[in-house]
Amino acid sequence: MSKDNQLLEEFTSKEYEHGWNVNLEADEAPKGLSEDTVRFISAKKKEPTWLLEWRLKAYRQWEKMPEPKWSNVHYPKINYQDIIYYSAPKQKKSLSGLDEVDPELIKTFEKLGISITEQKRLTGVAVDAVIDSVSVATTFKSTLGELGIIFCSFSEAVKEHPDLIKKYLGSVVPMGDNYFAALNSAVFSDGSFCYIPKGVRCPMELSTYFRINAANTGQFERTLIIADEGSFVSYLEGCTAPMRDENQLHAAVVELYAMKDAEIKYSTVQNWYPGDKNGKGGIYNFVTKRGLCFGDHSKISWTQVETGSAITWKYPSCVLKGDYSMGEFYSVAVTNNYQQADTGTKMIHIGKNTKSRIVSKGISAGKSQNSYRGQVHIMKRASNARNFSQCDSLLMGDLCGAHTFPYIDVENQTARIEHEATTSKIGEDQIFYCLQRGIDEEAAVALIVNGYAKEVLNQLPMEFAVEAQKLLALTLEGSVG
Amino acid sequence: MLSIKNLQAKIGEKQILNGIDLQVNAGEVHAIMGPNGSGKSTLASILAGREDYEVTTGDVQFNGKDLLELEPSDRAAEGIFLAFQYPVEIPGVSTINFMKTAVNKIRHYRGQGPLDAVAFLQLMKEKMKLVEIDQSLLSRSLNEGFSGGEKKRNEIFQMAMLEPKLAILDETDSGLDIDALKIVAHGVNSLRSKNNATIVVTHYQRLLDYIVPDFVHVLYKGKIVKSGTKELAKELEAKGYDWIKNEAALV
Repeated sequence: MSKDNQLLEEFTSKEYEHGWNVNLEADEAPKGLSEDTVRFISAKKKEPTWLLEWRLKAYRQWEKMPEPKWSNVHYPKINYQDIIYYSAPKQKKSLSGLDEVDPELIKTFEKLGISITEQKRLTGVAVDAVIDSVSVATTFKSTLGELGIIFCSFSEAVKEHPDLIKKYLGSVVPMGDNYFAALNSAVFSDGSFCYIPKGVRCPMELSTYFRINAANTGQFERTLIIADEGSFVSYLEGCTAPMRDENQLHAAVVELYAMKDAEIKYSTVQNWYPGDKNGKGGIYNFVTKRGLCFGDHSKISWTQVETGSAITWKYPSCVLKGDYSMGEFYSVAVTNNYQQADTGTKMIHIGKNTKSRIVSKGISAGKSQNSYRGQVHIMKRASNARNFSQCDSLLMGDLCGAHTFPYIDVENQTARIEHEATTSKIGEDQIFYCLQRGIDEEAAVALIVNGYAKEVLNQLPMEFAVEAQKLLALTLEGSVG
Repeated sequence: MLSIKNLQAKIGEKQILNGIDLQVNAGEVHAIMGPNGSGKSTLASILAGREDYEVTTGDVQFNGKDLLELEPSDRAAEGIFLAFQYPVEIPGVSTINFMKTAVNKIRHYRGQGPLDAVAFLQLMKEKMKLVEIDQSLLSRSLNEGFSGGEKKRNEIFQMAMLEPKLAILDETDSGLDIDALKIVAHGVNSLRSKNNATIVVTHYQRLLDYIVPDFVHVLYKGKIVKSGTKELAKELEAKGYDWIKNEAALV
C-alpha cells in the first residue's frame, strides 16, 4: 500500500498545467455589486437602454432571492461584494481584424494550445475566445457568413443583431430562473452568439474557449445558440483558469433554441482550476445550461467532460416541447482531492412522442464527492414519451463518495421509463491483470477509466475526444487506492 | 531460466507455501499437479507478482534477476506471462486496444519504439490463426460476456502476442470442452521453442495428453512431494492423489 501512497504523492504534487497568469492590463469595474455596477457594465459595453433595463430587472430579482442550498456541495459563504464583476483586457482601440489583437492575448491562446490565427483554419474549427469577461476575436467569420451563419461575441450580436437578441435572450433560461442565472443576467459581460439559418448544416465545429485571468474576478458569460428550421450545428466549449489561492466564481448561462427539424450538439470539456491537493483555491462553477426543443422533430444533445473546478453545480437540461423532439445528455464527471461535483440533467417532456436519453458516468477519487442529480418529468400532454437513464459511478479508494439523486415525475400513463444505475470500484483484479501484461499502474488506470467512460467520449468530436481522454488520465494519475 | 529455492509464503496468517524448490530451463515444459488447496495457484500468482501474498523466505531467480524484487509489470516485460484461471473483465476496453497498450509498453521497457498500426495488425492476424480466434471477439470489451472457452483462447492469444520467455498456465483446462482444449493446446504447442519454457498448473492429467510435459511435479501442502516424468501424471490419474497423500504422511 505504501507504493500507492507514493503514487498519490507524486500525483498531488503535479501542478495544474494551465496555471499561468498573463500580464494583461485590465480595465476593471470597482469591486462589489449594486445597481451602479450593472449600469457601469452596461455603459462600458455601450448597450441600448432596453438591455440595461433587462439587466436591472434581473438584478432586482436576484437581490430578493436566497442562494440555493439543496445541492450536495459545501463551501464557505460567498461574499458577492468582494468580487469584481467586470474585467476587460485593455485594448488601445476597436479591432478591425485579427492582426490587431493584443500580442499578449495571442500568446495566451498559444499557451492554451489554441492559436486564433492560421493554425485553426487548418483544423477547421471556428473559435470565439473569451478572456475574463470580454470576447476577444472570432475566427472564420467570413466563411461562415457566406452561409448566413452568425457566430460572434455576444456584445457584437447586441449591436449587429438586436432583434434576434431581444427575441431570444432569456427565452430558454428566464432571468429569474434561479439565483445564479439571475446574477448572470444582471452582470453578464460577454459570451458567444450563434445563429444557423434555415436548412443550413454548419460545416465546421464552432468552438468557444473561456479563460479567467484577472484575480478576484468572476466570469459571467452568456451563450445563445439558435438553430432555425432544419439546421444543424455542433458546438464545443472549453475552459481553463490560472491557479489562485482564493476561490473564483464562474456563473454562466447557456441557452439553446432548436426549431422544427433542427439539431444542436453541444459539447463541453471543462478544465477549470480545481484547487490544490488540500482543497485551497479553485473555481466555483455554477452554471445554468438549458436547451429548448421548440419545434417538432428537433434534437438537442449535451455532452460534457467535467474534470476541473473546486465545485461544479451544473445541470444541462432539455425542454422537449415539440412533438417527436429528442434530448440527450452524456456526461463524464471526474473528481479528485477535495473537488465536489453536483451535476446531472433535467429532461422535461411536454410534446407527444418525445424521447430522452441520459448516460452519466461519475468517477470519484481522493477525498472528493461526486453526485448525479437528474429529473425526468413527463407532463400530461406528453403521450408515448420515453426515457432511458443510466447512471454509473466508479470509486477509486475509500475516502471519496458517489451519490445518485434521480427524480422521476410521470403525469401521463403511456410513458415508458427505464433507469439503470451501478456503482463499482476499480478492482485490484483488473489492475493486476493489466500489470501482468506489462501495463504499469498509471496506464492501467487510464485504460480502465477510458473504457468505463467510452460511451460518453464517443459522443465528442474526434479531436476533442483524444484531448478528453488525456485529461481524464491526467486528473486521476496515481489515485488508485 | 527460472530457479526457485526454498520459497515460503503466506496469506494473512495462513502459511501456504512451505519451501518450494524448482529449476526450469529453457525449452522445458513442467507440469505442476496436486489436489485442491495444495498451493498450485498461489505459486503461479507469486511468480507473477500478486501482492496478496507475503513471501516469508526464499529466493527466485529469473534469467539472472531477482524476480521477487521486480514490479509485476516489469516481470511481464522481462518475459513472464500468466494465463489466468479466471480472466478479468474490463468493460469498454477491447482486446485489441488492451494488447496494443501491452505490446507497446513492453517494447518501451526493452528500449524499442512502438509498433505502427500496420505492423501491429499484421502481428495480430498471424497470432489469431494460432488459436482460431475471430477478430470480432477481439473488438469486444475484454472478456465481457465471453464464454469459458473464449476467455481461455483469448488468454492464449495474448500469450502468443507477447511471446513470453516463461509462460505459466494456471488451470487453463478448467471449464474447457475437449475441442476447445485441443485448440488451446495446439496454440501452446506451436509457441514452444528451445528458447522459452512453460509451466502448466493443472489438477487433471487430461491436458497433459495434449501439452506433453518434460517433468511433472506433485504439490501437496505447499511442498513438492514428488517429481517425475509424464509417466507420473499417468500414475496419478490411475491411483488418485490419496496415494501421494499417504506417502507424504509417512515421510
